[in-house]
Amino acid sequence: MIKIEALEKEYVVGQRRIAALRRIDLQVEKGEIFGIIGRSGAGKSTLLRALNLLERPTAGKVIIEGEDITEYDTQQLLALRQRIGMVFQHFNLLSAKTVEQNIAFPLKLSGQYSKEQRQQRVDELLELVGLSAHRHQYPSQLSGGQKQRVGIARALANYPHLLLCDEATSALDPETTQSILRLLLDINQKLGLTIVLITHEMQVIRSICDRVAVIDGGEIVESGEVVDVFLHPQHPLTQGLVAENQALDLELLQQLRQRENSDLLRLTYVGEATHEPILHRIAAQTSADIVILQGVIARIKNTPYGQLIVELAGEASERAKVRQLLTAAQVRIDDLQASVVEGAQ
Amino acid sequence: MDFSVIDWEDIIQATWDTLTMTGVSLLFTVLLGLPLGVLLFLTSKRQLLEQSVVYNLLSFVVNILRSVPFIILLIVLIPLTLLLVGTSLGVAGTIPPLVIGTTPFFARLVENVLREVDRGIIEACQAMGAKTYQIIWHALLPEALPGLLAATTVTTIALVSYSAMSGVIGGGGLGDLALRFGYQRFQTEVMIVTVAILVILVQVLQYLGDFLVRKFTRK
Repeated sequence: MIKIEALEKEYVVGQRRIAALRRIDLQVEKGEIFGIIGRSGAGKSTLLRALNLLERPTAGKVIIEGEDITEYDTQQLLALRQRIGMVFQHFNLLSAKTVEQNIAFPLKLSGQYSKEQRQQRVDELLELVGLSAHRHQYPSQLSGGQKQRVGIARALANYPHLLLCDEATSALDPETTQSILRLLLDINQKLGLTIVLITHEMQVIRSICDRVAVIDGGEIVESGEVVDVFLHPQHPLTQGLVAENQALDLELLQQLRQRENSDLLRLTYVGEATHEPILHRIAAQTSADIVILQGVIARIKNTPYGQLIVELAGEASERAKVRQLLTAAQVRIDDLQASVVEGAQ
Repeated sequence: MDFSVIDWEDIIQATWDTLTMTGVSLLFTVLLGLPLGVLLFLTSKRQLLEQSVVYNLLSFVVNILRSVPFIILLIVLIPLTLLLVGTSLGVAGTIPPLVIGTTPFFARLVENVLREVDRGIIEACQAMGAKTYQIIWHALLPEALPGLLAATTVTTIALVSYSAMSGVIGGGGLGDLALRFGYQRFQTEVMIVTVAILVILVQVLQYLGDFLVRKFTRK
């Protein structure tokens, strides 16, 4: 669907050149929800805007459905933008137009629809985002969540193939965020629409994204399936973002740890394994003690996962046996020993 | 005070002249000043049609016209006025200098009003594939409407007071009347009545302007 090759963007500020994006390579598959996460100023907004050329890259290609859009002339570019929806953090609705007029706006601009067709499409979209009762209101009369629903309906009006979300939930409270995320997921599934979103919240990535790219200083530092990146973050930045979500209090763990000669392990398992009584089974086969100190069983989008921090005590041979059995059961083991010592210092 | 010396027919005629001058001048000021203001805005830094040469040139001309005192402009423009309307006297002779005097003022107000429109809205339009004229016509101007109405109100009132000055070149209207009878013939009563009418006129215009601004404000 989208292929970004060696994308670069430089700004010239006075005499200095500032690199906003450095050699970005990225691929987004049709029908997926692709998340780009990073701190503010990391370049995620510039990267997103390269996809409809609101920001023109300095070098590199942006290939959408087989065509390099950086070579488009103005006409082609305008036509492309009509087929790409965009949702904004601050909604950017026209304050002088009603909900209905805002949603009909892109249809009016394209000039391809009659008044009746526009009205019909607006009705459909109002139904989709659940705002039929508010059609004649002005944006200032709506709540943040409702405004964003209008923003989404407007972005979908022209039957886009691709939806770009620029921090679509960052201005909303947690509850509203969840309802907007559900709506996006719903649209993605119902319409098979590809969504690329940028955010600084891991929660957003975790809730709806299939794959994620982590951007820092204009570079992609890590990317992959959300489950992998979330559960086994490699880059310090990603680890930081994940840790904000599931704080690992090393000091507390050190205190909870009672036994001598024990290992402190983090066990991670994904998918079907989550529903299996693995620990129970393994414990029955050895004389080692397995104590759960902390744990979470949750879901990343549709994938259930478990992550437990356990203390493993007993004879060395028994401990080795437990590790072997865990590995055999597809459980990933991370030794926290080192980090605990580090954290305690 | 003896208000019986006042020729009310003169007063009515003068009021009508003032209204005509203001009205016609306003029409032309908006017709010329609105596009000029939009152009100033669009060609300025970081806007849709950024063109620093064009912007600086327009801005320079606007500043020059705005720095010439209106009373001087009235006199300097006499040849041009003759050329345009065939006379430099009366209501018709006053309209060209009024328009030339207030257009740059109005254009600058328009530029500032447009600057207040949320940039995000322009970006959203661009993301929808809107052409520049569509952005101006369907988004920028409607979004700026309350501000534009406020700018128009300020300009209208400026026109009323400028038109009063045109008495100096025999322009007609309330200012002319006040000058000829009130000042030169020492008829203080005429002065009082004309000033009172001007005060009422300005109040009514301001009230009307505020009403329209409120009516079109959706924020």
